[in-house]
Amino acid sequence: MLEIKNLTVQIEDKKILDGLNLTVKKGEVAAIMGPNGSGKSTLSYVIAGKEDYVVLDGEILLDGENILELEPNERAARGLFLAFQYPLEIPGVATMTFLKAALNAQRKARGEAELSTPDFMRRVNAAAQQLHIEKDMLKRALNVGFSGGEKKRMEILQMALLQPRFCILDETDSGLDIDALRIVAEGVNALRSPDRSFLVITHYQRLLNHIVPDTVHVMANGRVVRSGGPELALELEKNGYADYRQQAA
Amino acid sequence: MAAELKLVRTPAEEALAERFPAIKASLPGGAQIVKLREAAFERFLKRGLPNRRVEEWKYTDLRALMREAAPFAPIPSDAEAARALGSARTFADLGAIQIAFVNGHHVPGSETVEGLEVVPLDAALAAGASVGPIEAAREDAAYGLNTAFMNDGVMIRVAPGAIVERPVHVRFVNTGGSAFATATRVLVEVGEGASLTLLESHEGLDSAACQLNDVVEIVAGDRARVRHVRLNAEGTQSLALSTLVAKLGAHVSFDTLNVVIGSRMARHQVYLTFAGEHANANINGATMLKDEQHADTTLVVDHAVPHCTSRELFKTVIDGDATGVFQGKIIVRPHAQKTDGRMMSAAVLLSDAGTMNNKPELEIFADDVQCAHGATCGTLDEDLLFYLMARGLPRAEAESLLVQAFLGEAIEAVEDEAVREALIGVVSAWLEARH
Repeated sequence: MLEIKNLTVQIEDKKILDGLNLTVKKGEVAAIMGPNGSGKSTLSYVIAGKEDYVVLDGEILLDGENILELEPNERAARGLFLAFQYPLEIPGVATMTFLKAALNAQRKARGEAELSTPDFMRRVNAAAQQLHIEKDMLKRALNVGFSGGEKKRMEILQMALLQPRFCILDETDSGLDIDALRIVAEGVNALRSPDRSFLVITHYQRLLNHIVPDTVHVMANGRVVRSGGPELALELEKNGYADYRQQAA
Repeated sequence: MAAELKLVRTPAEEALAERFPAIKASLPGGAQIVKLREAAFERFLKRGLPNRRVEEWKYTDLRALMREAAPFAPIPSDAEAARALGSARTFADLGAIQIAFVNGHHVPGSETVEGLEVVPLDAALAAGASVGPIEAAREDAAYGLNTAFMNDGVMIRVAPGAIVERPVHVRFVNTGGSAFATATRVLVEVGEGASLTLLESHEGLDSAACQLNDVVEIVAGDRARVRHVRLNAEGTQSLALSTLVAKLGAHVSFDTLNVVIGSRMARHQVYLTFAGEHANANINGATMLKDEQHADTTLVVDHAVPHCTSRELFKTVIDGDATGVFQGKIIVRPHAQKTDGRMMSAAVLLSDAGTMNNKPELEIFADDVQCAHGATCGTLDEDLLFYLMARGLPRAEAESLLVQAFLGEAIEAVEDEAVREALIGVVSAWLEARH
């Protein structure tokens, strides 16, 4: 599904990713853990196509196609989704207007017909119900005045609505209390399927109790330095990242 | 004195100087009006067209922008007028009471409803209607030219206590292949406790470099309620000067919104004076510019009495090589305690070559007031664009959504839903034409 080969990226003359290799198979849930500054968020932005980064070397293949030259919206239309660590507030843009515009833009790019309003409403309401999102929230401007937990739930709602094939969750657990974490994790788990892969970026093992990964990768200094099964997360929780910091230095 | 003697008139100034004595006898109004016209013309003769060395016109050099003076358009035939009005679509289907102008000439035949009176300007002036409710406006060059030359118009009168439910729509439609000038005056008198929604649309062909000068004067009696929306969708070659003069009585509620998409050069001026206490005014603008367009908004909001509130919100979107200007002045007179005035001008540049000039000013002579002003100018937020694009919106669509949201803040205050929807449609059409 997703293959990252020798990815080397810099921003403002600083190398953030340095020959990173990572493969996530179809249907796999891969977790990426690592200390602050190891390049985890950069990795998510570069996969999604944020402009600020300069890719010096390497490629990112989604089902064999190198997506590095594609615009963010073209990547989205191919089934890539990034749940932001800090979802942005967009005053003046109604949540429903935005959801419909996003869904129809992707459908249009894939040559599919636009959804009718009743069909669209049905899908939004179903996703909102599962994520405990009040109707009132959908009537407001996108993310404006939402709490941290509400913003994260709105990200998962978008994911449920857009039905991507490859989902990146960038520290989705940050700023969530236990209850909100459970709701978000249930939303994610409901979307797990043999055709959909996840890259779950997190500092803490806590999230992985709720979203149990198939593989765990440790990032340090811009590359993956160790890979293993779910037990690796437990080991990190116990020992911390000290070993990797030293190894990287 | 020596400098004045040496003043070299431009061809436009020369033509206007010759025109006034030639036509003044044919212009409407009795002795009182003639005196006003002559005083205005004398000021023009002395000063000429305003140029960049005149502070109020420093960003809009009218002398340079208007080298020639176009002749006034002849009165259109009934067939010409009907054809022009038939093809104009702005604010159609709102069920409004229509008052039409074609090429600066009033087309008689407005619908009448109870409490609303529409009288042609010449008849209104003959009956003693007064013009120029705000002294300060008389010093202004564009307003002064209109006063000297105003040749057609209407008076709209709403009887005290009358609630005119349907909007009154003054349509200015300009047509024809060659450049012409207009000088229209609309006098609006809203009686005590009366209510009026006034729409103005200005539309014309792209082919002719018309020189338009329109003045709307609103006098609102105590406790009146006035909603005013003006849309400039003029032709792309036109030079449009417009002035809104508003004098508000006590407890008046007044909203005005000026939307600009048209004209090569547009300058909209607002002279608003609070003449009675506890009145409230919202003065908004939404301007969309592209190519070589130049649009100037100049406000003078005069808090002459205590306990009044004003909100000024102007949004400008600039694409291509266009230039936007905002000059806003709030004056708080010495006795106007408890004044609350907040003015904001925000501009978004969609291109590298666009320019925005912001000049907000506060002149406060009272000590117990709340006043603030702000001005911003920037590009669309790249992080917001990335967020929208990461959800599948192509860049152009993401930009449009953000621009709509940006302008929406100035437009959403329009109470009449159909009018608001029509304006949102104007914004969408402008954005679609960009791509």
